[in-house]
Amino acid sequence: MRSQTHAFLRTEPGAILPPPKNSRGMVAWMRLHLFSGVVSTLLTLFAVYCLARAIPFLIQFLLVDAVWSAADGAPCRAGTAGACWAFVGQKLPFFTYGFYPAAERWRVNLDMAIGAVLIFWLLWPNAPRKSVAVIIFFIAFPLITFVLLRGGLGSGLLVIGTNLWGGIFISLIVSLVGIVFSLPIGVVLALGRRSRLPMVRFLSVTFIEFVRGVPFITVLFMAQFLLPLFMPDPSYANSFDHLLRVLIGTVLFAAAYMAEEIRGGLQAMPKGQFEGAMALGLGYGQMMRLIILPQALTLVIPGIVNNFIGLFKDTTLVAVVGIYDFLATVDAQIKDPVWTGPYISTTGYLFAAMFYFIFCFGMSRYSQFMERRLAAGRSH
Amino acid sequence: MPQAALTKKGSDMSMTTGLQSNDLKNETAIDIIGMNKWYGDFHVLRDINLNVARGEKIVICGPSGSGKSTMIRCINRLEEHQKGRIIVDGIELTNDVKRVDEIRRDVGMVFQHFNLFPHLTILENCTLAPVWVRKMPKKQAEDVAMHYLTRVKIPEQALKYPGQLSGGQQQRVAIARALCMNPKIMLFDEPTSALDPEMVKEVLDTMVSLAEEGMTMLCVTHEMGFARQVADRVVFMDRGEIVEMNEPSAFFSAPQHERTKLFLSQILH
Repeated sequence: MRSQTHAFLRTEPGAILPPPKNSRGMVAWMRLHLFSGVVSTLLTLFAVYCLARAIPFLIQFLLVDAVWSAADGAPCRAGTAGACWAFVGQKLPFFTYGFYPAAERWRVNLDMAIGAVLIFWLLWPNAPRKSVAVIIFFIAFPLITFVLLRGGLGSGLLVIGTNLWGGIFISLIVSLVGIVFSLPIGVVLALGRRSRLPMVRFLSVTFIEFVRGVPFITVLFMAQFLLPLFMPDPSYANSFDHLLRVLIGTVLFAAAYMAEEIRGGLQAMPKGQFEGAMALGLGYGQMMRLIILPQALTLVIPGIVNNFIGLFKDTTLVAVVGIYDFLATVDAQIKDPVWTGPYISTTGYLFAAMFYFIFCFGMSRYSQFMERRLAAGRSH
Repeated sequence: MPQAALTKKGSDMSMTTGLQSNDLKNETAIDIIGMNKWYGDFHVLRDINLNVARGEKIVICGPSGSGKSTMIRCINRLEEHQKGRIIVDGIELTNDVKRVDEIRRDVGMVFQHFNLFPHLTILENCTLAPVWVRKMPKKQAEDVAMHYLTRVKIPEQALKYPGQLSGGQQQRVAIARALCMNPKIMLFDEPTSALDPEMVKEVLDTMVSLAEEGMTMLCVTHEMGFARQVADRVVFMDRGEIVEMNEPSAFFSAPQHERTKLFLSQILH
């Protein structure tokens, strides 16, 4: 019964009720997300139609009609339209190692295993002794990799020049070096761009804008042909390792993009965080390392990972300056006369696409996982 | 005089120093002499003269834009002054980064928006500066932090993140964080202005108890009850200058300047 006056006094607590039935469950979800209106319904039906056409075809091509084992290309030429996985199976060692001598490939395997363990250790959120992992990964691991893969230097291992390196492992090396070194250099450039010292700012801006204003291929060519000219003694010029030149070019290119990404994070930091740190007596380095960068980098994880993914795929361009990367090995092997067939190149490129997709998707998922983790309980 | 004070400074880092007792009352904690500041062509602080004795509590009030915050931010060099002198604890503020760092170590500051570090726990917020600036062992810094968190009555929140606390709790953490550095002077820049009304009291209570222990305090605040209760002097600023300065009873009952009268009539209903 409604009271006639405007005054009101609650005498007993209001009941806490469950939400209405039709706002929950599968049907409600579908009504809200798939059939909420005419356009939405049409789009849903169109998507269903496309999937209905594509999925059976893909299953037929990739699985049912595919050739899984063969000694040469004959079965792939004879059969119906299907992927020739036998080709990938046979060529996998070459895709992985390039021209690295077969007897020495255990060295690549060992190095990749060490790398995988270290990366897993670093990426596992609550893993113990992270600082140890960081030191091993950033200092010991590059040296181990160099000695193990190249040999010599008193290790007793056969020297295998970088001109014989190739395939997946060189793609991983170029990507990893680019990712690992571009981040710290990017941080330095981003801080330099915001520096109060005009000279530091000028140099940072010049570097960033110059590198960003030039295509990656150009940077690679410059690294390949100009870098040796900067060597103090011209006689070094030819011995300057080709892979090293490309690595330097890749790192510098990625660092310029990374710097801009990180600068965005720095600019998003509230002024109060700087002032809070300064008022406590923290110096510039401590303030940046302990307060500003951890937050600024967290803010731009999506952008940083976006750069990593872009860089990972861009490493295929190193083939242009003569590095025999994974895609280059695929490119070469689909021309193998023993394996000619109508679907050989399709299969080869599909395999390459799957390889790149798995890595990029993995990076993307990991970054989303970290974002959620870091966001938990840390709202402003 | 700065020379002698400089040598005295370095040895004062231990926790045992504690808060200043009354026998130090006549010593100068902060001396601001003829200080001026401009933002571009805008003259924000005009000929500021203020001498703060050790253990003295000063409340600074005035309309918004009057330069109160800017003035206390000059004391720990969050803002730079262009003319005049500021001498804090015997050390004159110059462009010398070392001196600025020395002063910041001994001057705690509490901000309107707390400025806690959201990516660190409450305990880490409190131990960060003692560990990295004072080089205190981590265990000891944690004991100190828990001591001050207990004093501001929130030891049980130590392992939470700032975002999980209410505004009043965050501001009390900010006070504890500043106290962990064992400061000789505390600056408060509108510490209750960003708080929900029901949380103002818990923060003011903390500040009152700090004042009762003899801490040298400069507070920019509009809490006139707080000013009456703890201030030794109330400073009224308007348009970048100190207009009137007096002990609270006289300041509130018999303001002299027209601008002070107008201001007080507007905020005291």
